[in-house]
Amino acid sequence: MKTCLAMLLTLATLRAAGPETILLRGATVHPVSGPDIADGSVLVRDGKIAEVGARVALPKGARVIELKGLHIYPGMIDSATEIGLSEIGAVREMNDISDIGLFKPQLRAATAVNPASEHIPVTRANGITSVITSPGGGIIAGQSVLMHLNGWTMEDMAVRAPAAMRLEFPQIRTPNRFGASEAPGRASAYAEAKKRYEQQLQELNDFMESARRYRQAKAAAGPDFEADLKLEAMIPVLDGKVPMLIRAEKEKTIKEAIAFADKQKVHMILERGTEAWKVAAALKTHNIPVVLPPTLRLPDEEDDPYDKPFSIPGELSKAGVKFAFASFGPGDEDNPRNLPYEAAAAVGFGLPQAEALKAVTLYAAQIWGVGDELGSIEKGKWADLIVTDGDPLETRTQIKQMFIKGAPVDLDNKHYRLYEKYLAR
Amino acid sequence: MNRLALFLMAVPLAAGQTTVIRNATVLTVTKGTFQGSILIRDGKIVEAGEKVLVPDGARVIDAGGQFVMPGIIDCHSHIAADSINEGAVAVSSMVGIEDVINPDDIDIYRALAGGVTTANILHGSANPIGGKCQVMKMRWGKDAQGLIFEGAMPGIKFALGENVKRSGSPGNGFGASPGLRYPASRMGVEDVIREALTEARAYQKEWRDYQAKLDRHEQAIPPRRDLKLEPLVEVLEGKRYVHAHCYRADEILMLLRVADDFGFKIRTLQHVLEGYKVAKEIAAHGAGASTFSDWWAYKAEAFDAIPYNAAIMVRKGVLVSLNSDSAELMRHLNTEAAKAMKYGGLNETEALSLVTINPAKQLGIENRVGSIEPGKDADLAVFDKHPLSNYAKVEKVFIDGELYFDREKDLEERPGKEARKKALIDKQKAQEKKERKKPEATEDKKNEEPGGVR
Repeated sequence: MKTCLAMLLTLATLRAAGPETILLRGATVHPVSGPDIADGSVLVRDGKIAEVGARVALPKGARVIELKGLHIYPGMIDSATEIGLSEIGAVREMNDISDIGLFKPQLRAATAVNPASEHIPVTRANGITSVITSPGGGIIAGQSVLMHLNGWTMEDMAVRAPAAMRLEFPQIRTPNRFGASEAPGRASAYAEAKKRYEQQLQELNDFMESARRYRQAKAAAGPDFEADLKLEAMIPVLDGKVPMLIRAEKEKTIKEAIAFADKQKVHMILERGTEAWKVAAALKTHNIPVVLPPTLRLPDEEDDPYDKPFSIPGELSKAGVKFAFASFGPGDEDNPRNLPYEAAAAVGFGLPQAEALKAVTLYAAQIWGVGDELGSIEKGKWADLIVTDGDPLETRTQIKQMFIKGAPVDLDNKHYRLYEKYLAR
Repeated sequence: MNRLALFLMAVPLAAGQTTVIRNATVLTVTKGTFQGSILIRDGKIVEAGEKVLVPDGARVIDAGGQFVMPGIIDCHSHIAADSINEGAVAVSSMVGIEDVINPDDIDIYRALAGGVTTANILHGSANPIGGKCQVMKMRWGKDAQGLIFEGAMPGIKFALGENVKRSGSPGNGFGASPGLRYPASRMGVEDVIREALTEARAYQKEWRDYQAKLDRHEQAIPPRRDLKLEPLVEVLEGKRYVHAHCYRADEILMLLRVADDFGFKIRTLQHVLEGYKVAKEIAAHGAGASTFSDWWAYKAEAFDAIPYNAAIMVRKGVLVSLNSDSAELMRHLNTEAAKAMKYGGLNETEALSLVTINPAKQLGIENRVGSIEPGKDADLAVFDKHPLSNYAKVEKVFIDGELYFDREKDLEERPGKEARKKALIDKQKAQEKKERKKPEATEDKKNEEPGGVR
């Protein structure tokens, strides 16, 4: 029976290219962008949301799915992952996250994402319908992709490629930060690290300057202009068409990153910003959104309040800073399927539940420049929907059905298959 | 840094006091759930029920709208220890966590604030036979001795698979050995364990022969004490529990066979991510299983890990707990337990058991902790919402009837702590400024990091 269902769903996925018209009926609809609709309906046509409301007329030939007692939410968006680039964290051969060199803007995550990764079905089974996958390492790490977690190829999956140019902002990295202050060599190690940081900062500014001059030269040159792939990749960033996703954690680095973005006139998204709460006013003034580090982490300093990581999202929300939650997994931190729990962990500590939900849906879409395409249940957006038996931020809630670009998505995955196989042993 | 940490300590209320927690939803785990009260005296639960008489002079804590569950027990943690791995040798049973307890580790307080009252602190997984474990209570503010869970069964860490083999692989060694360290394969792991246990058996015989001679009033010279083999003899005699780090089904079966051959039981399989594949065999051996809720794919041997692991093993009759192995995960084991409801359909009580009574049984301390029952230690966690909800937070934590964590008090004390911290930093800065003015300041000093106390 289960297999039959899975097969049917698989067939449905195969047919996904065909524009099926589906009316989801009788559920509590949570558009996120507006008030909940009890006993509401969502009409899905050509992969998009065609209608949403308490009463939606049934078009001829549409398939009806009755969802009495269930809930419809927009699919969730994880704003920092390595999905598709890293299959098994500790196996070198199964990782394509970072490459050699400091300035690699020409590298595209979209190129190396494996659409057959086991992480994709495992992650979407918990209601995540799209993710940001980013390259790492060096200073300019490369181009992030925003993709749907469904498709045979990147062409099917990509929402934005590139979604951002990822920059790991230079900082002073001293070995053994908590070493005894009297330890011999500590001061010189610091001096060395500081020198390296200053040099990197200079190289970064030089690189931006080169890119700017390249753009100028290209504009002035004729058709036989010889492209430089690194600098060419920076043009959409300089043109303000692609944002810069800037990783900075400490207050000092965040401030420097803001100043850098200001000076270079690039559109900045702050990544991690563990001390963003110290810079909240500046982030608000500059309209810089934040991709938060996992809420479920230890405090950064030994004498921070025990609940500091849990209370930061609430503080930022009060300060009017826009942010999205992220897992930073699967290789690094949390499992991407646990994204909703990163949001939920902030709710007991000052973040309103509705804001937590928006920070894994609508706000994420807005941050990535697709606020009119994803992130809420509104007419004209992609029909990325989840059907649940309750609040998706609660662990005990089950995801019952999923639609990506209007197509029913199979929720089966490696873990469920192994469960069935060995439960029956 | 530690000086600052000391300020964070909660000052425990006097023991011997009588306390009543009332109006709470009490999740006893073993005796159902009810609206009512818990009477605590001399550190023990005296009564728990819907109607409990409040004795004269008792301290009354109103927990209206709140939820009380047994203090959470983590069967696998590495907090509060100054070192974890003695990886230079393949068998390091001579070392133990008891000797390296760090009572100032802030992670104790953080775990406490997550509702944890007891944890099994293990040696690392660098070698097939690791060091001795220590069961502790999170009595923040007490010294090293004061943290020890008195009367808990002694334990020892075994480890199998990738971590153990790593020191046998070039370029990956951890530990002090300059070259490669045997073993480098799962075959070698079995061999190292069998060799050590064979040695232990011979050593045990030496002592038995000696004892027999004494019993016959013959002259006898005692064998030389061997601190490596002594704990292994205890293992053979069932006096020390084996907590074995393992991942793959094949290595799990290997260890169970070895234990069967040597006539002892594996107390717990730790991590045991493929336990679901051989749950029948684990249940038949009688080993407990202490696993992660949903970690997977971080290394090759974790690629078949599934979040249904706990539920399958429960259904197949294995005594299962969920552990953290991490100072962070340790802070929310209650919601980790909720994952076993989502994945595999355990009910609320079964889920809560995974982090309370089951780990208590695995550690042999179920007569003392793990449920809310008269006669047990008053180790309790009070939540503002149902502890299986992601929105719940810990309000109070009692150990032995003493209040060790109180969120309200923690919040009240923050401004004072902030002020003291600022005063310390200002003092340090002033000192640095004064030193910089001195002519003998070196070039290095000038380059020192600003705000050096951090």
